[in-house]
Amino acid sequence: MIRLAIALAALAALAVVPMFVSEYELGLMIGMATYVALASAWALFSGHTRYISLATVAFYGTGAYTVAVLNETLPYPVVILCAGLIGAAMALLVGLSTLRLSGIYFVIFTFGLAELVRQLITWYEVTITGTLGRYIFLDLSARDIYWQMLALVAIAIGLTAWINRSRLGLALRAIGDDEVVAAHSGIHLARTKLFAFTISATLITLVGAVASPRWVYVEPLIVFNPTVSFLTVIMALLGGANRLWGPLVGAIPLFLLFEWLSVNFPDTYPIFLGLMFIAVVFVLPNGLLAGFDDLRARFGRTKP
Amino acid sequence: MTTLVLGLVLGGTYALLALGLTLQYGIARIMNLAYGEVTLLAAFVLVFLFQTAGLPPLFSILLIGPAGYLAGWLLYTVMMRPLVQRSQGIPGKLEVDSILATFGLLFVLQGIMLVLFGANFTSISYLDQGVDVFGVSVALNRLIAFAICLVAGLSLVVLLARSRWGLILRAVALTPGSAPLVGIDVNKVSRQGFALGTALASIGGASVAMYQTFSANDGVVFTMKALIIVIMGGVGNVAGALAAGFALGLVETFVATTFDPGLTLAATFTIFLAVLIWRPQGLFGRRQ
Repeated sequence: MIRLAIALAALAALAVVPMFVSEYELGLMIGMATYVALASAWALFSGHTRYISLATVAFYGTGAYTVAVLNETLPYPVVILCAGLIGAAMALLVGLSTLRLSGIYFVIFTFGLAELVRQLITWYEVTITGTLGRYIFLDLSARDIYWQMLALVAIAIGLTAWINRSRLGLALRAIGDDEVVAAHSGIHLARTKLFAFTISATLITLVGAVASPRWVYVEPLIVFNPTVSFLTVIMALLGGANRLWGPLVGAIPLFLLFEWLSVNFPDTYPIFLGLMFIAVVFVLPNGLLAGFDDLRARFGRTKP
Repeated sequence: MTTLVLGLVLGGTYALLALGLTLQYGIARIMNLAYGEVTLLAAFVLVFLFQTAGLPPLFSILLIGPAGYLAGWLLYTVMMRPLVQRSQGIPGKLEVDSILATFGLLFVLQGIMLVLFGANFTSISYLDQGVDVFGVSVALNRLIAFAICLVAGLSLVVLLARSRWGLILRAVALTPGSAPLVGIDVNKVSRQGFALGTALASIGGASVAMYQTFSANDGVVFTMKALIIVIMGGVGNVAGALAAGFALGLVETFVATTFDPGLTLAATFTIFLAVLIWRPQGLFGRRQ
């Protein structure tokens, strides 16, 4: 109960931040909120099940592109709804074809999915509509986008907290530990995985849709940037993908570091990021929060 | 007929790439997502040697193959071995760890290539004259690349099937748990398998560079195609990977010539989906 109160107070405090910061700082806050939402949504499925989805940007880009295509014909809330529905449909298609099988097929499928969607959209735009690149003209200020993104962060973390306590969360953890045991205890494997994956992917699509007006000009190469998938995974892993607050803990420092690197080392930052990713896998396989717990257990409670 | 000949030529390269990947996954149990980047790196090295040092590509391939083996050997010893040791006994842990580690490696290699060679499309013109094959004019460089893939691929298949060394490799691929019981050093064999896979990736990449345009961002596509061929052929099934590689080359050339070159990856994914739905154990794999 106290934790909930603290979380709500923090959310309220974050919601009034735009009144006091500059335009540039607000841009940073939006970026940070975007990645916290992405990493939390990613961890909602991949954290407990250990099914690693490498397709974050496939959904994120689809959300952004949906807004780019529909923003002049439909009112904004309907556009967002459409983006969510398209994301859910895509997730169902991917999930139905791969989640019945062992995890490796899922990883492989998601690995190429972003490239597939990008090439399909490029092909469609070039040969059918004859244009490549679209403009997004929406009457939304940076504050509006920030508040919407903050709402998505709250939804992603709130949903994760709720799922963790529900039967679904228990089922997901069991699947992550041992699928055979999970199946024998009466868990419907495919249905559970499909449900969680669809929620996670829909959230990611919505994040892309909400973030898209910041670009103004959108084309497949911009919105399907593989760095997004990469950053999402490393952020969630750094903090601890199976913890409620892990993705948030990992996303904030890494986002700031990423901003700094991309400004100061525009050509070489992918190398730094890749090396850091490998370091996280080797040094902190369970994330910062688990590492912190280990330290506390070792030094703090030597005398019971 | 054009489609058939060109498809077989392309399929030769794919088959070789898939063969390397199936060795890495089947023997060393490493799912290598940076495989396409290794391929591209070899392709860039070939172009670099050709343009600056004037080395003929056919000669550089003789250098790139062993260099790939060495690089794979080092990579396994430095990066993969600690992961293997860490995962003792926990099912699926090595798979997840190797996927994550090689995903990071992918960005490192891609970043290095972007810095060294830029993001532009690269190609060389080497032995460009046409040769008549069954009434179809095929560039000589494609034919040579095809021959290289065929020689490298078939000699490996024969070695695996006939030699004592091949028997040891297959034993580890089949049951890594029982291989030590008959005196096989699984660590050594895994390292060999991984290094050999890297060598095949390098040779495949070098042969791609001889006839195709490529850029530093194409790694994902190569990895994806190799992975799909491995699954189509059945994981660890060498002959299956060869056959599936040729099949994919044919389908892709067919789609590119009759529909649109922009749809080749979509065709690849369609095949992948079909295989997943009807025969997840692979077209040539056995039901478990």
